[in-house]
Amino acid sequence: MTVAVFFGCAFIAFGPAFSLFVFTIARDPLRVIILIAGAFFWLLSLLLSSLVWFISIKASNSQDLRLQRDLLIFGVFFSVLLQEVFRFAYYRLLRKATEGLAAISDEDTSAISVRQMAYVAGLGFGIMSGAFSMINVLSDSLGPGTVGIFGDSQYYFITAALMTLALTLLHTFWGVLFFEGCEKSRWWVIAAVVSLHLLVAGLSLLNPLYEGSLPPVYVITLLMGVWAFFSSGGSLHSLSAVCTRRKAEGESS
Amino acid sequence: MRKMGYLISINCVKLLITALLYTCVCSSSVEQKIYVELNQTVPCVRLLNATHQIGCQSSMSGDTGVLHVLETESDLDWILSSGPHPPYMVILETAFFNRSVMMRMKNSSRVSGVAVIISKTGLAHDFSPHTTCPNQNTGVYSERYGSDLANCNVTVWNPLGNGLSYEDFPFPVFALKDENQTQVIRKCYEDHNQRVNGSAPQYPLCAMQLFSHMHAATDTVTCMRRTDLQNRFGINPEVLCDPLSDFNVWTSSRALNISSKGHAVNESVVIAATRLDGRSFFWEQAPAAEGTVSGIITLLAAVHALYPVTQEAPPPRNIFFTFFQGEAFDYIGSSKMVYDMEKNDFVIDLNNVHSMLEIGQVGLRSGRSLWMHSDPVSRKNDDVNAEVLEMMTRMRSAAAGLNVSVAHPSFTQALPPSSLQRFLRAGLIPGLVLADHQTSFNNRYYESMYDDAENLQVTYPPDLSPDEQLVYETDAAKSLAEVATLVARSLYLQAGGENSSLSNITADPKIVAQLLYSFVIQKNNSWLRSLLPPEVTKKGVNSLLSSGPPQFYIGLGPRVHGPVHSVTRFVQYILANLTGTVTNLTENQCQDPSELSSENKDLFSYFWVSGPVSVNSSSEPLCVRASVRLSEAVSPAFELLEYGSRDYSTWTESRWKSIRARIFLVASRELEMLTLGVGVAVLLLSLLATYFISSKAELLFSSAHDTPTTAY
Repeated sequence: MTVAVFFGCAFIAFGPAFSLFVFTIARDPLRVIILIAGAFFWLLSLLLSSLVWFISIKASNSQDLRLQRDLLIFGVFFSVLLQEVFRFAYYRLLRKATEGLAAISDEDTSAISVRQMAYVAGLGFGIMSGAFSMINVLSDSLGPGTVGIFGDSQYYFITAALMTLALTLLHTFWGVLFFEGCEKSRWWVIAAVVSLHLLVAGLSLLNPLYEGSLPPVYVITLLMGVWAFFSSGGSLHSLSAVCTRRKAEGESS
Repeated sequence: MRKMGYLISINCVKLLITALLYTCVCSSSVEQKIYVELNQTVPCVRLLNATHQIGCQSSMSGDTGVLHVLETESDLDWILSSGPHPPYMVILETAFFNRSVMMRMKNSSRVSGVAVIISKTGLAHDFSPHTTCPNQNTGVYSERYGSDLANCNVTVWNPLGNGLSYEDFPFPVFALKDENQTQVIRKCYEDHNQRVNGSAPQYPLCAMQLFSHMHAATDTVTCMRRTDLQNRFGINPEVLCDPLSDFNVWTSSRALNISSKGHAVNESVVIAATRLDGRSFFWEQAPAAEGTVSGIITLLAAVHALYPVTQEAPPPRNIFFTFFQGEAFDYIGSSKMVYDMEKNDFVIDLNNVHSMLEIGQVGLRSGRSLWMHSDPVSRKNDDVNAEVLEMMTRMRSAAAGLNVSVAHPSFTQALPPSSLQRFLRAGLIPGLVLADHQTSFNNRYYESMYDDAENLQVTYPPDLSPDEQLVYETDAAKSLAEVATLVARSLYLQAGGENSSLSNITADPKIVAQLLYSFVIQKNNSWLRSLLPPEVTKKGVNSLLSSGPPQFYIGLGPRVHGPVHSVTRFVQYILANLTGTVTNLTENQCQDPSELSSENKDLFSYFWVSGPVSVNSSSEPLCVRASVRLSEAVSPAFELLEYGSRDYSTWTESRWKSIRARIFLVASRELEMLTLGVGVAVLLLSLLATYFISSKAELLFSSAHDTPTTAY
């Protein structure tokens, strides 16, 4: 009955991404295109970084375990930097594309704001990175066995799913913040995104010590979420407005 | 230039693809965290005959169960009734691998598979998974022929047989041979599954999965029909089962011309026969030391002892030595040879056969007396009786001066299971079967994996190097040499040879020692290597000379190392070297000597062998000419397409895709349900939250001044 684990993990890892897609992306073809293109850019970055890692592995002495671990750490950080470079490239591309989009649009303004593009592109990054980190694990979660014969934690699958969930959300928030930083030329925002991405990647190297990696990652996710909320125009005022509006609606109806 | 660019881009794409694949390969690292593959396992596989299927199989996707080591009787109750985690995968200690335990598990739905630890500790005094009456239905005795002797009515030959090999188990049964892997399994069991004070162990539990799904089912008739249908209509025909088949080896003291088939004019032959194969419960685990090897070695040593004398003082009759393959499975080899003789498709026919002497189990583990078994039914014919009595007299006189005694059991006793029975089915042929048992077998481990060197009492003094062991004349070797001398002398007398030459016929104990070492201890030794072709002795080319003793299960035609079974090949080359003459042909001439006028392919076979290793550890390959031949050993039932035949062997072996075993942990149901619950909760919560936020997005994010009208 490891099908239960499979579905449980799949829901945890991809549930939020799925619901975001359904309610905010799927209705608008332009957003779907931007999402897919974002996922593609993330894939390109992974391809390049894996190529570099592959070559360095082949070139190095495969017997030297310490060297191999160092190479892995190098590969992770290199990949993070490359992902951010591609995020920037994607931003430049979208920026160029808005003019064209505005031209073909019926209205005067662009059909999609930069802020929305940022969110959609970030989700595209997040979904693809989540899929890549989770699908292998998911296929093994079908069983019949579970992790642990070598003394590993038996919560491996659920923690992997939770980590993927956090990573998907983080990519979305980072996308919003990064584009905002580029738009307003606030380089410290970009620097903060890159360094936090590096930090999260570094935390994942602590695995299988899940207590060491999961809570900090979730704290970072929460902070990022709040920051992204405020930076994309949210405020305490608007929050309370939502609550009171609802109250008012309730009274009027 | 353009082309070059094109090539480079192709290479780049290739590199990218490899890189991508490499990232995917990481998935195996999760698998490595979960599973421990056990690769030193031996399965029990499914065999089929005209009416039954025997053996074991798993379901298509492998059978999984929680491990439980059966160490005491109470463990059996736990597995079969009280344990809370069925189905169980039972790890059997050798001592519990017996009929009653296996049958109780077979009848229980709480057992998903069995893995037997093969070790010598706790081995029962006797263990034979064969039937009590081997080859009961394809021997000579039946309703029509000696009906009172049929079905082992008078003598039960293998009373210790429990018939396990002939049961059909609905679950997989594997043997664990490797001590290290057994330790891994035990550790996993002790860490996770051991009961503490009789209470059930807590999850996660150690479990095992066995894959041995068999393609064939029901019986040979069904399986062959299905294979046939597939061949006729299928686009991708798949064979479901193959007949057990290999080759008999034969040679004769005077070369026979193989180009002429049917009755050979002016030829009268004395057949000396033994069998080449054995079996056990598990696939390709048949050491068959006492059951088969004792006979092979005796006959080989007798051939060697007879060879110089038959060249100097040839007896009037020819002596025809033959090693029958597949005799454990309803006499495949001998029935095929008799069938060919009857069809005039063999170098001699039955009328050429003067008499027959078969070597049975002659291990002489206890005592020094041999028994001459004969067929009471054919001896009702006066001529046959006279010849049989004559043979007995000759054998007694041959035994004079030897350290063994020969006697005959009571004349009302039937023949033991033997190839002679197949000849008697075809005609009245005087014959004897020489064995070391008066009534039932002395062999306590008949057709089991414990019928090994130790059972044949081949033991060496401690601290002998392998090369010293190879030539060390153990007591077993000495007594087998005595038997070989007896056999050789009586064959010479039987062929009409003079008494005066008898003293020149003596089997060489050193040859016997080397044969014993090669067949029951280690086939990869310098002596055997020197007798084999140079290409098979090269390391790593194939599995013909892997370490350990050879196994004697007949198996199927296409093998890893060529079409011929390794034992058949060994016997063929040993015979060639013992009886052949060295020629000065080159390698090419040796492989095809038909163009040379001095050589005759119809009379002789030519063997290119490594030759003995000289002092500077290099060997000079040479060409040996000998009248050693192979003849097909495939049951005539498959030639006649009578898959339901009652006269001929119909044994087939099922095909399979994968045989493997692995252990891992299984999680508790609570944890699985917790994961699912958290997953569903996360999904629902995020659906709700997203719906709420997206519907209020205008309000939430409208405060910023630079936000254009949104589409939220």
